[in-house]
Order: sequence, then structure tokens, then C-alpha cells
Amino acid sequence: MTSLTSSPHLRATRRMIQIRILACAPALTLVAFVLIAPVGWLSWLSVRDSSGFTFRNYSRMLVNSGYASSLETTLEVAALVTVLSVVLAYPVALLLARLRGWQARLVLAIVLLPLWTSLLVRTFAWLVLLQRHGLINSTLLTLGIIDAPLALVNNLTGTVIGMTHVMTPFVVLPVTAALQAMDPLLYQAAQSLGANRWRAFWGVVFPLSLSGVVSGVTLVFVMSLGFYVMPSFLGGGSLRMWSNRIQTNIEVYPDWGAASALGVVLLLVTAVVLTLSGRVMALVLVRGAADARG
Amino acid sequence: MLGDKRREGVGWRNPAVWAAWLVLAFLSAPSLIVLPLSFSDDTVLRFPPHAWSSRWYVAFFASMEWREAATRSLLVATATTLVAMPVGVATALALRNRSGRWENVVRIAVLSPIFVPGVLFGVAVLFLYAQLRLNNTLLGLVLAHSAVALPFVTVLMEAGAAQLDRSLEVAAASLGASPLRVIATVTLPLLRPSILSAALFAFLASFDEIALAYFISSGEYATLPRRMFSALRDSIDPTIAVVSSLLIVITSALIMLTFVVGIGQRRTRQTGLER
Repeated sequence: MTSLTSSPHLRATRRMIQIRILACAPALTLVAFVLIAPVGWLSWLSVRDSSGFTFRNYSRMLVNSGYASSLETTLEVAALVTVLSVVLAYPVALLLARLRGWQARLVLAIVLLPLWTSLLVRTFAWLVLLQRHGLINSTLLTLGIIDAPLALVNNLTGTVIGMTHVMTPFVVLPVTAALQAMDPLLYQAAQSLGANRWRAFWGVVFPLSLSGVVSGVTLVFVMSLGFYVMPSFLGGGSLRMWSNRIQTNIEVYPDWGAASALGVVLLLVTAVVLTLSGRVMALVLVRGAADARG
Repeated sequence: MLGDKRREGVGWRNPAVWAAWLVLAFLSAPSLIVLPLSFSDDTVLRFPPHAWSSRWYVAFFASMEWREAATRSLLVATATTLVAMPVGVATALALRNRSGRWENVVRIAVLSPIFVPGVLFGVAVLFLYAQLRLNNTLLGLVLAHSAVALPFVTVLMEAGAAQLDRSLEVAAASLGASPLRVIATVTLPLLRPSILSAALFAFLASFDEIALAYFISSGEYATLPRRMFSALRDSIDPTIAVVSSLLIVITSALIMLTFVVGIGQRRTRQTGLER
């Protein structure tokens, strides 16, 4: 009796599984073809030369101090951009989470405007704004805040300004979502229990928005590590990000191994950050749940 | 009363609100200076311009190189949308509301184009295409861009599908419709708003793409962003402000379109969050 009823049912389930596997196949094939296979192949080439296995491409990075300083610069830029993006994004997220109707839509549109503007357009606009006789320098000169034009571009400053502009929306959105999910009564409860605005913010609002902050931070840090188009313009020749080294290595070295090794290092750093943040995220969620309960 | 309390912090006396508007000015400044810049009469770029004219628009439309790059980008972005949409929608529906181990492996694989550093992705595709002679081809660009657009499409469609009321599909199935028929006649029509915004994102992801295009499209096969890259590197003249303005206008028009269709607000918020 059981076998009679479950057999067609089983067959139907099996058929559904087949359909679902088939539905995923084109996407997996595409990603495997253009991304996973060539990255794997390059990683393999990075430890090979004509005589077999070699770590030459990796030991080169340890011997040449330029690579160490370049990695340092990259991490420094990524960290600076991440911190600045969070600092800039937070007040906007607070505002956005509280607004309603057309005001909320207007602010959201302004936040999304940079995302909808081509990366090269933004790079170009910052080049114009930050240049020696650009709007920012001339305004500061007119106001008498500075005596000589500041070097705002072709260096770390310009790169960090431009990248922060690109990354800030990626923090605003998850933080807003976290703030909107928060029960506003909690903030009022803290205030009614005697906490001032400042204390109610740091004691209640900020901890509850941490999951959004962590998502934003992870996204921004990881994206910053692989950024090369904007730094190659706003950083000029003086700022050597890891990704710019990969870009030039392709043109300078005849074999793929050298550039691949740099790429593998970048990928590993990215993977470590993502893994760490996965853990952090879990910790934050646990903490958040515990706090809300107790 | 609750509503009033919540709005308490929006007032101008709150310093956080001032900070927020300053940041919003910072975010919109670059996009806003580009339009006046494109109507400059100067030969060097300065803001604000000293005199006004439309001569750089004339220069842009007279330039074969720019026109070809624009046409190529439109073509590539359209083809990418047509490839990425069915592939992404199928994946999203297969993964929908499931978080088993295999589903998550597939999800990570499909989302990996977002997380792999752009420069490594570019070098990898350059390497692959060098073996297959796909560099500077339409097919090569469309395949690479489809992989870039795929995560956006999948995430948007999954989020849209998760919000659907399942009872309509259950009803159709209980009336004897096969699973594929349910998808074709119930699920997909209900998902139309998500499909529209996913298609818009796929289009823009390709139209704006430079990290890969830098490596795999050049010379007379350059896309518009690739052409802009060269122009920025060689000589910054106001023609690039014209290109930038046109891009801003076209993008805004496309986005307004989704707003007009009436799904704008909710979708955009979702879209942004998922990115």
C-alpha cells in the first residue's frame, strides 16, 4: 500500500531534483568557463616553470621589498576607505531609516546616484574637482584657508577620496536595513529609563545595527582590495596598489606565472577577510540576540 | 503618536542630520558637476567653465571612434541582458527558498564574480581568451559580461521570488498544472517587476563594465568605458564630459522608466540592499 502511493510521489520528487539541477547548469557552466577554470589554471601556472614545480614567483615577492610595501599600501588604502565609508554612511543611514514617503525616496536616490553613474565618469569628475586649480583648491584659496594649492590628486589622498565616494553607498544600504529592522521602542525605552541621546545611541541603536555595519565593511574592504581603475588615475604614478602591480606585470613579464602569483595572493587575502567576517557576523548575531533577550 | 516619536530625530537641530546632508552633497557633487562641464567653451577642463557652448557635443557626434564605441557597448549590453536573464532566472528559481549544502555551494559559485577581485578576474579572462582567440570579439565580451551580470540577476530574482505568495502556485499545481507550467503561467508573470529591475541591472552592469573590458577589448573593438579609459589616460578634453553627461542622462532615463512602471520605490530599495 505504502509503496503504491509513495512510488509516483518519489518519481515526481526525483524529477523535480533533475529539473533543478538542469536549471542551475547554464549558470554554473558560465562561471566555471570564464572564471573558475582560468583562475585555477593561472594558480597552477604560478607554481610551475619549464623544469617543474617552483616557488620562484612567490619568493620574488619576499625578496623584492617593493611588493611588501605595495601590499601594505593596499591594505592601508582599503582600511582607510572602509573606516571613512562607515563614518560617512552612518548619519545618512540614520536619516534614511527615519524618513518616510517622498523624502525617503529623494535621499535614497541621492545615495544610489553614484552607483548609477559610470565608474569612469566619477573618476573623471574627481580628477577635475581635485586638480591643482580645481574647484576644491580654488575655494579653499579664496576662503583663505590655505596659501598654496594642496596636492589632492595623484597620491593617496585622491585615491582614498575617490574610493570612499564609490564605497559609501554600499555601507548606507545594509546599515539602513539593519536600522529599519530595529524596534524604535527600544530607543524610547532607553531614553525613558534615563539614558541621554548619546548613551541611547551607543548603548542600543549602534549595537543593533552592527550586522549591517559588518556586511558593509566586508563588502567595502573586499571590493577595495581588487580596485585598480580608479587608483591608476587618482593615484597617478606615485601610489602602487597591489592590483596595479598585477595590471603592469601583465605588460612587463613575458610569462603568466608572475602576475598569477600576485593574483593568487590577492585572492587568498580576500578569502581570509570573507571567512573572518563570516565568523564575526555569526558572533554579532549571537550577541545581538543575547542582548535583545537579556 | 509612534510616528511622531520616530520623526523626532529628523529635525534640523540634530547635528547628525546636518552631517547626513553634507555626506549627501559629497555623494552627488561629482555627478552634478559633469553636466555643466560638458557645455564648457574652454579647451581645458575647469569648473566652473568660463564660457558656454555646445561645441564638445558636436565634436562627440562627429567622432567615429566615440560613436562606434557607444554602439558596441549598447550591443554588448543588450546581448548580455538576453544571456544573463534566462540563465539567472532559472538558477534563482531552482535555489528559491532552499539553503541546503548543495544549494549554498551553487549560490557561492554563482555569486563568485562579485567577490573575486576585479583585476584577477580580468587577467584570468584575458588568459583564457588568449588561448581561445576570443579577445576583442563580441562573443568574448558578452560571455564575460554575462558572468558579471549573473550574480545581480540571481540575487534580485531570488529576493523577488522569496516574497511571492506560494498559495497561488500551490493552487495551480493542485489543479493539475505541471511544475514547469506553474512557473511559466503563474510564477514568472507574478515576478514581472523583479524581472524588469534585474534586466535593468544586467544591462547597466555590462554597459558600465571596465575591469574586464580593460583587458579584453581594445583598439577598434573598445567598448565605451574602455574608450573612456584611454581618453582619460591620453588627454582629458571636454569631450569626455559630454560622454559622461550622456551616460548620466541615459542611465537616469532607464531608472526613471522603472519608477514610472510603478515598481520603482520598493524594487530600488531591494536592489540596493542586495548589491
